[in-house]
Amino acid sequence: MQGAAWRRWAGYVVASSYELTHDREYAAIRSTAALIDISPLQKYRIDGPDAARLLDRVITRDVSRCAVGQVLYTPWCRADGRVLEDGTVSRLEEQRFRLTSAEPNLRWLHQNATGLAVGIADESETLAALALQGPSSREILSQLVDASLDALPYFRLTPACIASCPVVVSRTGYTGDLGYEIWLHRDHAEPIWDALIEAGTPYGLVPTGLLAMDIARIEAGLLLLGVDYISARHAVIEAQTSSPFELNLGWAVSLEKPRFVGRQALFEERARGSAWALVGIEVDWDALERLYTNIGLPPQVPTVPWRTSVPLYARGRQVGYATSGCWSPLLKKSIALAHLESASARQETVEMEVTVEHRRKRALAYVRRLPFFNPQRKRA
Amino acid sequence: MKHTYDVIVIGAGINGLTAAAYLAKAGRRVLVVERRDVLGGVAAPDRLTTGCQVSPCVHDVGWIPRQMVRELDLTRYGFQEMTDGWLVAAARREGGWLTLSDDVTRTAASLRTHSQADGAQWPRFVERMAQLAGFLEALYLLPPPRVSVQSMSDALRLLGLGRRLRGLGKQGMVDLLRTLPMPVAELVEDWFEDDALKGTLAATAVKGVLQGPRSPGTAFLLLHHHVGARAGMFHGRSRVRGGAGALVGGLTAAVTHHGGEILPAVAVAAIRVREERCRGVTLADGREIDARLVLSSADVRATFLHLIDPDHLDPAFVQAVRNIRYRGATAKVTLVLSALPLLRDFKGEGQSPDRLPNIVSIAPSIDTIERAYDDAKYGQVSQVPYLEVAFPPPGDSSNARHVMSVLVQYAPYHVRDWCWDAARRDALGELVVNRLAELFPHLTDVIVDRQVLTPRDLEATYALTEGSLSHGEMALDQILFMRPIPGWAEYRTPIEGLFLCGMGCHPGDGVAGGAGRLAAAAALKTP
Amino acid sequence: MSQDYDVIVIGGGHNGLVNAAYLARAGLRVVVLERRHCVGGAAVTEEIFPGFRFSVFSYVVSLLRPEIIRELDLPRHGLHILPLESTFTPLPSGDYFATWADPDETRRELYRHSPKDAEAYVDFGQLMVRMAMAVKPLLGVTPPDPTSLSPRQLRGLLTLGRHFHSLAERDLYALYKLMTMSAADFLNEWFECEPFKATKSASGVIGTFLGPRSPGTAYVLLHHYMGEIDGVFRAWGFAKGGTGGVSEAIASAARRFGAEIRTDAPVAQVMVKDGHVQGVALGDGTEIRAKTVSCSLDPRRTFLELVDARRLPEEFVAAVQRYKFRGSSAKVNLALDTLPNFTSLPGAGRHLRGSISISPSIDYLERAYDDAKYGRFSRRPYLDIVIPSMLDPGMAPPGKHVMSIFVQYAPYAVEGGWTDAQRGALGDAVIDTLAEVAPNIRSAILHAQVITPADIEQTIGLSEGNIFQGELALHQLFFLRPVPGWARYSTPIEGLYQCGSATHPGGGIMGAPGRLAALQILEESGRARAAVGGGRAPL
Repeated sequence: MQGAAWRRWAGYVVASSYELTHDREYAAIRSTAALIDISPLQKYRIDGPDAARLLDRVITRDVSRCAVGQVLYTPWCRADGRVLEDGTVSRLEEQRFRLTSAEPNLRWLHQNATGLAVGIADESETLAALALQGPSSREILSQLVDASLDALPYFRLTPACIASCPVVVSRTGYTGDLGYEIWLHRDHAEPIWDALIEAGTPYGLVPTGLLAMDIARIEAGLLLLGVDYISARHAVIEAQTSSPFELNLGWAVSLEKPRFVGRQALFEERARGSAWALVGIEVDWDALERLYTNIGLPPQVPTVPWRTSVPLYARGRQVGYATSGCWSPLLKKSIALAHLESASARQETVEMEVTVEHRRKRALAYVRRLPFFNPQRKRA
Repeated sequence: MKHTYDVIVIGAGINGLTAAAYLAKAGRRVLVVERRDVLGGVAAPDRLTTGCQVSPCVHDVGWIPRQMVRELDLTRYGFQEMTDGWLVAAARREGGWLTLSDDVTRTAASLRTHSQADGAQWPRFVERMAQLAGFLEALYLLPPPRVSVQSMSDALRLLGLGRRLRGLGKQGMVDLLRTLPMPVAELVEDWFEDDALKGTLAATAVKGVLQGPRSPGTAFLLLHHHVGARAGMFHGRSRVRGGAGALVGGLTAAVTHHGGEILPAVAVAAIRVREERCRGVTLADGREIDARLVLSSADVRATFLHLIDPDHLDPAFVQAVRNIRYRGATAKVTLVLSALPLLRDFKGEGQSPDRLPNIVSIAPSIDTIERAYDDAKYGQVSQVPYLEVAFPPPGDSSNARHVMSVLVQYAPYHVRDWCWDAARRDALGELVVNRLAELFPHLTDVIVDRQVLTPRDLEATYALTEGSLSHGEMALDQILFMRPIPGWAEYRTPIEGLFLCGMGCHPGDGVAGGAGRLAAAAALKTP
Repeated sequence: MSQDYDVIVIGGGHNGLVNAAYLARAGLRVVVLERRHCVGGAAVTEEIFPGFRFSVFSYVVSLLRPEIIRELDLPRHGLHILPLESTFTPLPSGDYFATWADPDETRRELYRHSPKDAEAYVDFGQLMVRMAMAVKPLLGVTPPDPTSLSPRQLRGLLTLGRHFHSLAERDLYALYKLMTMSAADFLNEWFECEPFKATKSASGVIGTFLGPRSPGTAYVLLHHYMGEIDGVFRAWGFAKGGTGGVSEAIASAARRFGAEIRTDAPVAQVMVKDGHVQGVALGDGTEIRAKTVSCSLDPRRTFLELVDARRLPEEFVAAVQRYKFRGSSAKVNLALDTLPNFTSLPGAGRHLRGSISISPSIDYLERAYDDAKYGRFSRRPYLDIVIPSMLDPGMAPPGKHVMSIFVQYAPYAVEGGWTDAQRGALGDAVIDTLAEVAPNIRSAILHAQVITPADIEQTIGLSEGNIFQGELALHQLFFLRPVPGWARYSTPIEGLYQCGSATHPGGGIMGAPGRLAALQILEESGRARAAVGGGRAPL
């Protein structure tokens, strides 16, 4: 038996999987195409002469380098450089942006908008979003939209029309595969869903729930708020917070920008070096198998992705913890995302705690760079 | 005006001038820029009151610490405190007056005519309040105590306060700790029975705040306003020969004597910040003046939300600035008179019968003030406000006119379903004059001119956020180490080189130059 | 002279019982003397109308200290707290506001009213958890006397000082704000949704003579978070069998430890000789002797009625006289034929299993307070309603219901006094208020009982009907409660102790005063260790 049929997401209840197991849905993400309802995301429209300035104040990436039609993935921080959240910023027009996030950020945006000529509208309830992900997604979507998708590069967006309804299509996703996200008014959600299913079924399109997406995003090394890191907003103690550097998001921090919230702290952290690093962990199969065969059992792997904190050791000392992981059906590996003390992150191996028949054991595991899986087609 | 100074002080109010005087005296090249064309901030005179030694905003500059007078050698510039008798007439509901003076025995005798018990309590009350206020006085001459002790000097400072606290004795300590969070109504009810006495004492505590006498923490305000006052005086404090203007004049002279420059009619448009360090100011006309240190005596919200690019500030800090409660609740009415009015049924307690009291306080009971507060709570002007009328001391100047300065409590800044405009302002003026005319017969015949300053006007004219005459409500959660912002109570700001020196900082309003003096000391410590 | 008991506990309310249980547990011979026919004091369940059982006075269990539940093993004695999971606030607009057991659902509901608030709720929650952690030790410790120079007091101060020193600076500031601000101002810094702020701040004014805009009311906001960190998650609840069930469980535990409990045994006098307590004299003249008397009555009853005031220092008596009671709440108990049907959320939904709060806006509460300030009961009062029979069907005949309505403000010193007519008018105001949002309520009422502060005073002896045995105002808390210098449960009379809600940490069915007083009595008699018995030593 697999995970519960429903899972909670930002106050919504969404399907974990549409069938009793998620196997077919995962396979669709990597081999055909999957359709995922991602409407629970928070969406904010930010417009006005100072829209870019507001975002530049909030996020760590450089908005001035974001062209119209471009999408940026970015974290944002508190003044002490600890991450509040990560999400995407889309430049819809010169002075109009859309910010997406997992949690509400309206108050934070307003708090940062002091003295700026900018409008902030919460579109979370009115704007629905569907993710069409997988190798066949382009072919399927091309049947429905007027715009040419061949010309739409990775992390770019285009306005389009599906089933006579206006949408915005962005080449983005949370699976690390070729894929698109479609942003639409909630009133149009059903006709567009139906149109996509109809056009996609011949190509093997499968409605897909969160379990399959979770496996895909772990393979792709994408973080999940509240699982792989805790927002500074939710942290009760300092030790629960992370900096972007500690989350492997240093590439998304533009310290060249003269000012943004947290810059000073991040500047100092870069000079000083970070205490933690986010890495991929791959459990050595032989080691794992041995733990089972030693007690006369065949090796077992979890059928659903897990998200509990699992200790990691080096030379007998705990040096970190994995936060989410899964058996990758594609890579045939047991993989996980993990936080390691910086020194240990440079080592090649650690040991991961494995519970075998009620007893805690340790298995050899390799420290890997993320992502685990990164197909060419994602960007091509 | 030069291009570069060591220090620029924004605002030539009493705190700004005080800070400038201390800095100039310490050898810094100081420039004071003042937005208005008169100096003195809320203590500045205006056309109505020229020669009357009264500012339309405040009829009392508060306690002038002797330490400051000495350190700045103010007597040298003509500063002189007055010590002549002081008389307060408090209205009774049933007509007639309660007279309070700085002569404890005389006041007690006067109270005895209405209540034997109150008369007997008065000397003890006066003594106890003086003792408790004395503790605050010590506190107000030092930077705010720190909540966390990090250094030896913090520890010593706390130790000193602790010793002072223990000096109160066991009963005194308990009284202090018990009194500060009390509603002033309960405090005075503990002591007295006469409605007019309770009313007028309670009224002094709620001046300037949007709280009523039954609100906890207002007993602290009674003590706060009593700091530095002569024993028995709850309606006014140090008086300067020549009025507030003389203090401003003295401070101005001190600044210039030590080589400081003061420029009126020069508005600051922005405080310049580069690489998180303060570099000087940009004036409204676009000129830039450099300085390594800038001290702002403007209120905290005006300083951070109007003069500084928010890019330089942590949003959490900006939020804390927004959270400061200003909500002015006081209006001022100034009446210019052709002749001094008579006060109905006022006998002057053995003085010459025609002598007017220095202060007339119209708060016949605690409930009158509480009801006045109720109106304000829901965004309305009090139907029956507390009125405190001050008659400025006779001036030296020959063209002196007669003036009545009236404090009106409550006239809230935040109003509901209407807004402050000329009609509302006039209506408030009428309300006040009509009420006064009941007590001053023929008053309307002698009024030559009338000025009404609503909280909106105070904001517009004096750049007081939300019309708050104290740069933020004096409440238990906005004093000491909480003032102006928790974690930033020692005049420093997140911007290196920028200091705050206004009433928004400890010790707040009512201590003339108190914040300016301590801010200058903090600024002088920066290398 | 021979002693009948080691300790006499006056008053069989929950604090008296807790006190007796701890003392008996330490091996002392203890008797509890209760004036009424049943134990429980304000925590009693009575069948007022045939088949309908009511928690007549106190109606919810909020902060019953988990260490008491554990140390006295109360669940074994029948304690069972059923969770009150939601708060439902019907609004005059026809909408409603609710908080639910599930935090996500609460956030969705907040989001419906204000997206910004839904976000602020997270930050606010984290802050409150930290604040609750900071305050928690205060509830479990006898207040040190800051004016004393004795080494023991200084050590207590030092321990507290160290505790606060260990807090982050920003948490100290927040705590200070929480102690000094009004609930309305404190919530205004975070939220804009009126019914949310009002319902939250209403909990800050319960039992006080203050409005939501009165400084000092913010502190109680913490209590809702306290349970969450305390090992008694979801502590806000309803005791099976009513609050009398709590008292019965404690009484049962006390008996098991060997305490004797006598009802219908009113104490008329505390006997004192040469500054030492000798025992008590009952109403019928019986004298019972003991070297220690622990009194759970409020200080006015204790020191101005039971003890000859001439035996007390003048200053002390003056301070007791100054101590403010000013009861401000009333209670309406209804026997219902059917459930109320709320216009804004019709039907017998789960919202009826939680508390129902008539607190649509801060102004509404503030105006209710205004009435009380001038000696009237609120024409439109704040109501905190629970329907215990929804959780414990045994409280009413099958299909019928009991409703408990806590009413604020109903000042003790109402103009004209609490006459029958006045009581009736209060009942009408309550029913009218409720009928505006649940119109079927009038026809659903089978029986009604209205309890004014005067009734509370008369029936269970709480002076001026104050449910906390004296206002929980800043100047009557911690080392100032009830009398500065006498906050450590002892009194100017050797051997006489106080153990009621008038002592630190105050009222509510918390039991902490009874426990701390017992520990203090035992410590002063050198038996401290026996009391806590392996448990964690108090701070």
